[in-house]
Amino acid sequence: MAWESGAMGSRRTLSSLLQAVLESRGQANSVFDILAVLQSEDQEETQEAVRTCSRLFGTLLERGDLFVGSLPSEDMVLVGSQEATHKYKVWMRHRYHSCCNCLVELLTHSSFQVKELALRTLMKFVQLEGMQPLEKPQWEGHYLFPRTLFREVVGGLLSMENNHSLLISQFCEYLEYDDIRYHTMQVAASTVARVTNRQPEVSLTFWNNAFTLLCAVNLPCQECDLTNFYVKHAQPSDKWKVIHLKEHRKAFQEMWLGFLKHKLPLSLYKKVLVTMHDSILPHLAQPTLMIDFLTSACDVGGAVSLLALNGLFILIHKHNLEYPDFYQKLYGLLDTSIFHVKYRARFFHLADLFLSSSHLPAYLVASFAKRLARLALTAPPEALLMVLPFICNLLRRHPACRVMVHRPQGPELDADPYDPAEEDPARSHALESCLWELKTLQQHYHPEVSRAASIINQVLSAPEVSIAPLLELTAYEIFEEDLKKKGPQSVPLEFIPAEGLLGRQGDLCAQFFTLS
Amino acid sequence: MGRAKAARTRRQTPRTPAAAGGGPAKTNSNPFEVKVNRQKFQVLGKKTRHDVGLPGVSRARAIRKRTQTLLKEYKERNKSNVFTDKRFGEYNSNISPEEKMMKRFALEQQRHHEKKNIYNLNEDEELTHYGQSLADIEKHNDIVESDSDTEERGMLSAELTAAHFGGGVHKSASHQEGMAADKPKSRKELIDELIAKSKQEKRERQAQREDALELTEKLDQDWKEIQTLLTHKTPKSEKKEKKEKFKPDAYDMMVRELGFEMKAQPCNRMKTEEELAKEEQERLRKLEAERLRRMLGKDKDENEKKPKHMSADDLNDGFVLDKDDRRVLSYKDGKMNIDDISEAQSREAGGPESDQEEDEDEEEGDDGNREDQEESDDPDSHSDLESNVDSEEENETPKSKEQHTPGEKLLGYHQDSPSAARAELPYVFAAPESYEELSSLLSGRSMEEQLLVVERIQKCNHPSLAVGNKAKLEKLFGFLLEYVGNLATNDPPDLKTIDKLVVQLYNLCQMFPESASDSVRFVLRDAMHEMDEMMETKGRAVFPGLDVLFYLKIAGMLFPTSDFWHPVVTPALLCMSQLLTKCPVLSLQDVVKGLFVCCLFLEYVSLSRRFIPELINFLLGILYIATPNKQSQGSALVHPFRALGKNSELLLVSDKADVATWQRGSLSLHWASRLSPKSATETNHIRLSCLTLCLALLKHCVLMYSVLPSFHPIIGPLQALLTVHLVDCSLPKELQELSRSILSEVENQKQLYRPLVFEKSKPVPLKLFTPRLVKVLEFGRKQGSSKEEQERRRLVHKHKREFKGAVREIRKDSQFLARMQLSEIMERDAERKRKVKQLFNSLATQEGEWKALKRKRLKK
Repeated sequence: MAWESGAMGSRRTLSSLLQAVLESRGQANSVFDILAVLQSEDQEETQEAVRTCSRLFGTLLERGDLFVGSLPSEDMVLVGSQEATHKYKVWMRHRYHSCCNCLVELLTHSSFQVKELALRTLMKFVQLEGMQPLEKPQWEGHYLFPRTLFREVVGGLLSMENNHSLLISQFCEYLEYDDIRYHTMQVAASTVARVTNRQPEVSLTFWNNAFTLLCAVNLPCQECDLTNFYVKHAQPSDKWKVIHLKEHRKAFQEMWLGFLKHKLPLSLYKKVLVTMHDSILPHLAQPTLMIDFLTSACDVGGAVSLLALNGLFILIHKHNLEYPDFYQKLYGLLDTSIFHVKYRARFFHLADLFLSSSHLPAYLVASFAKRLARLALTAPPEALLMVLPFICNLLRRHPACRVMVHRPQGPELDADPYDPAEEDPARSHALESCLWELKTLQQHYHPEVSRAASIINQVLSAPEVSIAPLLELTAYEIFEEDLKKKGPQSVPLEFIPAEGLLGRQGDLCAQFFTLS
Repeated sequence: MGRAKAARTRRQTPRTPAAAGGGPAKTNSNPFEVKVNRQKFQVLGKKTRHDVGLPGVSRARAIRKRTQTLLKEYKERNKSNVFTDKRFGEYNSNISPEEKMMKRFALEQQRHHEKKNIYNLNEDEELTHYGQSLADIEKHNDIVESDSDTEERGMLSAELTAAHFGGGVHKSASHQEGMAADKPKSRKELIDELIAKSKQEKRERQAQREDALELTEKLDQDWKEIQTLLTHKTPKSEKKEKKEKFKPDAYDMMVRELGFEMKAQPCNRMKTEEELAKEEQERLRKLEAERLRRMLGKDKDENEKKPKHMSADDLNDGFVLDKDDRRVLSYKDGKMNIDDISEAQSREAGGPESDQEEDEDEEEGDDGNREDQEESDDPDSHSDLESNVDSEEENETPKSKEQHTPGEKLLGYHQDSPSAARAELPYVFAAPESYEELSSLLSGRSMEEQLLVVERIQKCNHPSLAVGNKAKLEKLFGFLLEYVGNLATNDPPDLKTIDKLVVQLYNLCQMFPESASDSVRFVLRDAMHEMDEMMETKGRAVFPGLDVLFYLKIAGMLFPTSDFWHPVVTPALLCMSQLLTKCPVLSLQDVVKGLFVCCLFLEYVSLSRRFIPELINFLLGILYIATPNKQSQGSALVHPFRALGKNSELLLVSDKADVATWQRGSLSLHWASRLSPKSATETNHIRLSCLTLCLALLKHCVLMYSVLPSFHPIIGPLQALLTVHLVDCSLPKELQELSRSILSEVENQKQLYRPLVFEKSKPVPLKLFTPRLVKVLEFGRKQGSSKEEQERRRLVHKHKREFKGAVREIRKDSQFLARMQLSEIMERDAERKRKVKQLFNSLATQEGEWKALKRKRLKK
């Protein structure tokens, strides 16, 4: 009760202080009391104080009670012999600044409610300040935006220590507005540059925050008038940069390039590459500038290069990128781990896309088919169910490769002519080989896999099998499917009677394990 | 009937010669009665059935029929009582008269046996034994005394007859004096007297009989006294003798025993050893062929036999009704084998595979015997006990209620194993309704007792004993499976009990394949679900407990693992594959578990020799973590294993001394559940054992997969790893030899790569231009419609015709009835007219007479 009465009491005092400050300029010193409460330990009181500040400076900004123009230092003005109103305005402007600093500090508060409230208040100030600019326009129709304040806000969001992903998701609703988005991109780029210049080792938290913020920026796809402004202007001028999507794209590109030129942590690398193709590349002013990033990512190896493929493919496909070793790189990516990595579905979706052209040389397709078949010898059933139709699709697409499953007058060979160690698909001799691996997989223990591998026994049917539904197949799904399936007749039973847990004498378990 | 008809026709013939419908009368048909339907066109090949008609004849026939049926009904329309003949089969000509008589007699007998009174509990029920009434058998004792009063009952006293039938002269004569003495007696008095007399007579007769009885008893006693003297026995007390009187003596017992003794019945010839072996072989061959067919995944329809006949009332619970369940006396090794047969009988109701099961039972028995011999130091092993239980179950089933109390145990049961603990076990268990019930039944008992309890539950709830038992036992399987899982997760796991319970599970599974497969699938689904959830939350799974491994093992034992697709085995295989691919090996315990799964996997495919990529990957991974210097860089390593990391040298043994002291042996399953912190030496030994197992399994794989076309690509990484192993000579000699043998095996497998060719497909026949032939079914009808359409149209046509015919019949019926009514009315009117005329006549005559009289008078 005491706590509640304390909160109530503080609210009452704060509102009376607010009243006093707003009513007469003589009471202006009460502002200090309000600002003092902002640093209170108590969360409730802090929130109350933030609300009071918001109301106070909001009213002051609307009234125009703050000094406009470049701010002289406080001591100088107070000592000087200007009129009282001027002094008051300058003094109040200084209080306004300290209040803003306090609020930015509150962005790192432990309580999320306080953080959110502070952010909202700051954004309100941004809006009001934009409408009643605190600097003088240099010419008629000059676009004014409270950049200093906004830089503080974004700087507070991109904290070095705290993970602000929740707060940034709150911030996203302001990113709907075109001007906020534009300035965010500019400010974010400069902030990242500033932070990385200042110290060589940047914390993971900062990168995560930055990435979250950068990802939250979504440019509109088609050209239209960007007039959805947070800071309302009476007559938007056509000369302003904010109006044009081209400028937005430039800012966007600058921001991402500035972000990506730094050495990122591996997890972030993957995240960037995952979103690259659909949320970054289409919005860049010059997508070709990403070439360096993508090719270097492609050379990293493993999952990263796998993910880089997507972006690279878009560049090749849409932007005439000449990348001679693309297929060789892709070929090099095929190793035993691809069936076990998390991005398996994405990789095979892309591989299907890359190999969908019917103009690819037969040796290349044959090498891919053979390599995949080799790898299939180590794959789990869920991957096999996807990769076997994949290989068969390749053979269907390229009739020249059918010799791999149908070589009527071929000689018997002592060894497989295919060279698995060769990195160049052109020299792997895959076309001279046959897909014995599929023949082997016809002996697979799972009936569906065996059935899928048995397709090559017959002449391949003309239509391709869509592998899209098979990409995301998991072992658990196959398991459930098997459980659901009902045989036509009753369950067959083992006719050799059980003897014990480990089975009969000759059984493997009984040979190698004991119960004692 | 036939004769009557003939007579009628004969009667009719003279009147209407043409009316004689068929047969001989046709020759002299009246040409005026014949109506010829002229054909407008002659159509070749068209059958004409109605070209000639005999309208008179058919009309007469119709009228006759109506008089027989419709008229009869019409005449009896207001009569409510009918005469029905309920004699059995009176109008059924299918049954021969003899049979009819037999049936009637049987029905009559049955009627006699029917209970007259529902409250009369056991008066009419006659207990029989082999068709003889038990009561009759009982009566053998007192045959002698029964005839004493029947003789008397037959006697007729003169007075009685006189009283009953007397009258007339004799009576008046005999009573002359009495009448003279006092006043004559009234009729009532007479009757009273008579009754009193007969009562007295009756009493006298009773007294006489009692006397006779007393006399015989005395005689008996005397004789017994003499007998005791004769046999020089100590005279028993009075009480004892009295008791003995009720007890059947030895002779009676003998007689009864002889009466009850089963008669030797002819049974099938005993089979010789060779024949038995041959039969067994034949059965196994058949099962094996079936298994092969399923392994190749062929459809059954090709060679499926016709399903066995099944009655519509069959509950499909394997209960066979028309089976003579009398025991058949047979001999085995010169001894009567009662137990075996009873056992077999008790299990026979197992369903369609009953014979198979029987065989297996025999096998099982043999196994049990073998075990018995093995465990000869243990006098009360469960196998002999089992047979005891069996025989007892067979004999005592009706008494099962009394057996419930443990105090009343039967003599001779525990003679050979007087174990106190076992004596406490009740003989009858209700089937558990929940898992908790089962676990409470089993917990705290020793292994033998648990087995006994489970066995008794099965015996007491055999599906042939009651209707609901099938469902109960089906549930029991699930509970047992759960129990096994719990035993496996216990610390330490009760492996011995599980080992024995597996046999029970197998037997239950043979009885109820469907429900058993459902329960196994259920536990597998649980295990997989758990793993999947863990994968989603943590990103990786851990090896599950022993229970899941045991479930997999049990699934492999209950169901044929070589089938191409099997509702239980295929999911189990997937489950194992998941275990090997998704669970990283983090500890030595995981290694043991993983190797156990590998063993299981290989056992599953031991017959079908199918290819398992995960298995090779896993074994290679195990081999890798035992490799000392990582030169190969683990290029071939697949998912759960990492080339570098914390666990990349888990199985590496660096201590030379431990290597020297190591002895080859099998792995204990206890290590999989809980690896107690032991000395480093022991841990190293376990490591080496694991490595040995891994190499042995790899060798097995090499031998198994050597026929696969891409054997070398599969085995390639293994070769590389093994050569690394061999370079470093720190391993024990035995292991080195094993590795070397694997390598040499691999090198020996030189195979030719034969190019792949499509299978020859059937050539598609060319399109031919021969005209299509359509069968003309009926002229004048629309052709070319489908068969169904034609059939439908035919039916519609038929319906129309029938409908018309029916309408015509009805019309004719009403005409006939109207005619009949008219004739009735006419008859009635004629009668009335006649009567009126008669009246008038008589009146006229009267009048005439009267007038004549008058005239006469006047004349006078």
